[in-house]
Amino acid sequence: MSVKKKFKGLSDKAVSWLFIGPTVLLLLAINIYPLVYAIKMSFTNFYANKIGREPQFVGLKNYIKVLNKEAIWEKMQVTASFMFWTLLLQAIIGLGLALLLNRKFKGNELLTTLIVLPMMLSPAVVGVFWTYLYNPQVGLFNYVVNFFYDLGSFDMIGSSTLAPWAIVIVDTWMWTPFTMLICLAGLRSVPNYLYEAAEVDRASKWQQFIYITLPSVLPFLLLALLFRGIENFKMFDMVVELTSGGPGSATELASINLKREAFEKWKTGYSSAFAVILFVTIFGFGNVYVKVMNKIKER
Amino acid sequence: MDTSRSYLEPSSFSKKMAAAIIIVYAVITLIPISWMVMTSFKNVDSAISYPPEVLFEPSLEGYVNLFTNRSRQSQEYLDSLPPPENWYEELVRSREMVITGPSKFLGRYSNSMIIGFGSTFASVFLGALAAYAFSRFRVPLKDDLLFFILSTRMFPPIAVAVPIFIMYRKLGLGDTHLGMIILYTVVNLSLAVWLLKGFMDEIPKEYEEAAMIDGYSRLQAFFKVVLPQAMTGIAATAIFCMIFSWNEYAFAVLLTQFNAQTAPPFIPTIIGEGGLDWPAIGAGTTLFLLPVMIFTIILRKHLLRGITFGAVRK
Repeated sequence: MSVKKKFKGLSDKAVSWLFIGPTVLLLLAINIYPLVYAIKMSFTNFYANKIGREPQFVGLKNYIKVLNKEAIWEKMQVTASFMFWTLLLQAIIGLGLALLLNRKFKGNELLTTLIVLPMMLSPAVVGVFWTYLYNPQVGLFNYVVNFFYDLGSFDMIGSSTLAPWAIVIVDTWMWTPFTMLICLAGLRSVPNYLYEAAEVDRASKWQQFIYITLPSVLPFLLLALLFRGIENFKMFDMVVELTSGGPGSATELASINLKREAFEKWKTGYSSAFAVILFVTIFGFGNVYVKVMNKIKER
Repeated sequence: MDTSRSYLEPSSFSKKMAAAIIIVYAVITLIPISWMVMTSFKNVDSAISYPPEVLFEPSLEGYVNLFTNRSRQSQEYLDSLPPPENWYEELVRSREMVITGPSKFLGRYSNSMIIGFGSTFASVFLGALAAYAFSRFRVPLKDDLLFFILSTRMFPPIAVAVPIFIMYRKLGLGDTHLGMIILYTVVNLSLAVWLLKGFMDEIPKEYEEAAMIDGYSRLQAFFKVVLPQAMTGIAATAIFCMIFSWNEYAFAVLLTQFNAQTAPPFIPTIIGEGGLDWPAIGAGTTLFLLPVMIFTIILRKHLLRGITFGAVRK
């Protein structure tokens, strides 16, 4: 900071407030204020569609209601198993693809771009066109499955045992490229001298993979899974358009249920309490995950 | 980045194997997208034939249906009409229908454009200002502020949708372009600040100091020296913001209805007789996905860098 005040125009301090101010103000107004508002409403019996009716303070009643409702725990289970399977599949396939792409064969950049395409698409629109692919009468997916293994007629979206897999397949198709890209970045950051040293020490390829490649790519993989985990915990658009939470509530994820309570039943107080609980859950798990991740990195 | 790999270079056989597996995966992963594009060029009957038709007679029925509203008429009425004036009227007539007017698709599509470009511009501009300040100045509580900006991205949209809904209703911003532009700008801001700060950090601060010694003020130096230098980063960030706004669904479906609704909530509602009109949905999907696919392929270098940026940096 050798340069100071000698120059014309605003001082650095003024410029820094001028530059940061708008961003912070907008975030406060459109992000923090609504969140505080939601927390406030979660303690009332407010209904957003009943204008003019003064909401009353009801204490922790909404929270107790949410936590005692068995249906809520079912939604949480649906969400948890959706997250478990999508993250597991995306970790395995994504890492595998990244390892293959790291062999730097010809045309690998173009292929990377093509593989990445699904994650650039609108999740809601993706959801719609997969309902067509999954159509039990005319769907391409059903045709291909029957071509390889004759299952006869089956309905991926209409059956409550298959529907959870239907959304897992689409999410994996769409988001595996994300894990792949992050892992690829990790693989490319491993310094070559490590492998050279291992080669000098006569370590086998397999040993090199276990002791060099895997540990260096692991932090990247975990980071990718953190991002995907947060996104899939909030998952709404793709699943709404694909199954709309059904059949019954077989694929009704937490966010979909939240939307129903908030925008169809207009139970604003109750749904705000649910939203706050979801929010605390995601923050809690996220924090623990980051701590574990940092421990692994330090090792 | 590329260092010489003497004996570490994978063997040519293992390279070929890897390439083969990747090609198979790429083909499989592209099938759903290609299928939707193909469906957009089918007619209604061949879209619902089984087994699915890979070879078919191309038709523009899907696109005609996407852009028009139609109503079914009796044969006598159709006979009483003057002959069709153009090919699309003829196509609709052959289905015993008449065109009653344009559909809402074009309006929804242009809403997507206006809101997408508006919010992208705003978030990149504001993001660049904040990123520059964070990159160059000693800002009090810098790390806390940066974390605060990032953490706003973790909120589930539905959790803040009700308060925003109520707030917008009071301010008269509900179902308006301006309201959606502000909302998407804010959602994108955190990403824009974080990405752009990384790019700004890479520009040597000697550049603008030299300009300031030549008599530029700090603001002039920022706009005339720093911004042009940061163009690559700005382009990458803009693509991300654009893709988010273009694809966003939850806020659009909850906060807009008639005036400012974008295409993602509209496309699923295209209904033909007796169910969803698949060629028309295919056409809408294709037109909607096209810009993103072209962007992705043309700007792939910036994009791939942007995606992996956060990970590499940490």
